[in-house]
Amino acid sequence: MEAREIVFDFLEGYDLLGAFWVTVKLTVYSALGSLIWGTLLAGMRVGPVPLMRGFGTAYVNIVRNIPLTVIIVFASLGLFQTLQVTLGGGDDFEVINFRLAVLALSLYTAAFVCEALRSGINTVPTGQAEAARALGLSFTQVLRLIILPQAFRSVVNPLANVLIALTKNTTVAAAIGVVEAAYLMKDMIEAEAQLILISAIFAFGFICLTLPTGLLLGWVSKKVAVKR
Amino acid sequence: MSGVSVTKAAQDAATTGDDLVVLSDVNKHFGALHVLQDIDLTIARGEVVVVIGPSGSGKSTLCRTINRLETIDSGAITIDGKPLPQEGKELARLRADVGMVFQSFNLFAHKTVLENVMLGQLKVRKADKAAAEEKARSLLDRVGVATQADKYPSQLSGGQQQRVAIARALAMDPKVMLFDEPTSALDPEMINEVLEVMQQLARDGMTMVVVTHEMGFARSAANRVVFMADGKIVEEATPDQFFSNPRSDRAKDFLSKILHH
Ligand SMILES: Nc1ncnc2c1ncn2[C@@H]1O[C@H](COP(=O)(O)OP(=O)(O)OP(=O)(O)O)[C@@H](O)[C@H]1O
Ligand SMILES: [Mg+2]
Repeated sequence: MEAREIVFDFLEGYDLLGAFWVTVKLTVYSALGSLIWGTLLAGMRVGPVPLMRGFGTAYVNIVRNIPLTVIIVFASLGLFQTLQVTLGGGDDFEVINFRLAVLALSLYTAAFVCEALRSGINTVPTGQAEAARALGLSFTQVLRLIILPQAFRSVVNPLANVLIALTKNTTVAAAIGVVEAAYLMKDMIEAEAQLILISAIFAFGFICLTLPTGLLLGWVSKKVAVKR
Repeated sequence: MSGVSVTKAAQDAATTGDDLVVLSDVNKHFGALHVLQDIDLTIARGEVVVVIGPSGSGKSTLCRTINRLETIDSGAITIDGKPLPQEGKELARLRADVGMVFQSFNLFAHKTVLENVMLGQLKVRKADKAAAEEKARSLLDRVGVATQADKYPSQLSGGQQQRVAIARALAMDPKVMLFDEPTSALDPEMINEVLEVMQQLARDGMTMVVVTHEMGFARSAANRVVFMADGKIVEEATPDQFFSNPRSDRAKDFLSKILHH
């Protein structure tokens, strides 16, 4: 009892849960954003319009080769401070930077979602699309009703990896002042002497977020797999 | 037998302008390979045409050009008087009128049997759900797989899957049905259950183009046999004429091979 109080006493005054809650929110919003944008990109990459195919390919190859830090800092300095893009107004820097971080994380992660999905699309036999076209379904219907549902089911595991990477990547948002877990950790390390313990606590926090995600999606993956 | 008189009727229909599918001077290449060479083929409403020929002669390609799963390089294809449109809404509408049954069934793997047969009705014909389900169930009953409605394709035998695929195509009320070797992926004991469904369709007056080597089916259901070799239509005749008295050497040679094994 006594010992625990002394060891964890430095946590006093820090909003650990609040910081991790910001991490969770960053992850969830960016996951949704990247899932939508990544799916659209994948649709473009397999679609019949050469311009869209070219755009999709260029996007993926450029974005996934730029460090995430550069993209996030660009969003903050370039979009916000230079171009005054605030994504919904207001003058609370904290809120604006949070939104920009979600935008940057979504744009970046979408490239990986797109590639995971595209490999899933390649596992769907061509006969599936042909049968759907032969019924009179349009290209977007074929994609939406036949190809993507099967593709998603075959890439739950790769998408889980993308999601786990995204969770860890949210720490980069600290660079533009979003007070998430990594930001708080840096603060605490600067102010407290418990370097190793602080690192361990944050590492544990991230494992608490990512490990269940991986296990759950691993189970989902088996559950939804398409039998042929 | 009645086959001959039906052919007559079909030919009469052709001269009175009741042609459903008309291919004129169709050419297609795959790179340097000239897969379809000057193909002229007219299929009258209600006619059953069996396409036969050695592997690689272009039978599948011919079948697939009719609903434009393959594009053609030159010539013209009309269905019910309308030329095949470019890729887009118009083409999708036309494809809905042309049923297709594939060698490998191609049932939608993530949907149940019932959903497979309802999908086109709901998404293409915009039928309401209750009507679509009722029709799907009655079609599944017609092809003898009503009890499998809630299973997934992978849980069915090949013969059952192919019959579901036929029901799925019929659900669109197609004007013509294309079959590309519908029984060649099946175990021998399942071939007949599929052929029987097709025979019934033929008796019901469906216009059919069937790529198959099943001579029993050709003899009993076809009005006409079209023999292809090397991308050309080499011979057209009634089944009786073709199987008992082929005119071309290519056909004689081909028949001697498939008859003696
Ligand atoms: N997508 C394609 N690209 C290139 N060549 C092709 C393609 N599809 C078919 N071919 C070639 O065109 C020729 C005709 O093919 P097709 O499938 O129409 O023949 P088939 O008469 O149906 O043969 P089988 O009895 O083996 O099914 C073959 O030589 C084949 O290799
Ligand atoms: Mg073939």
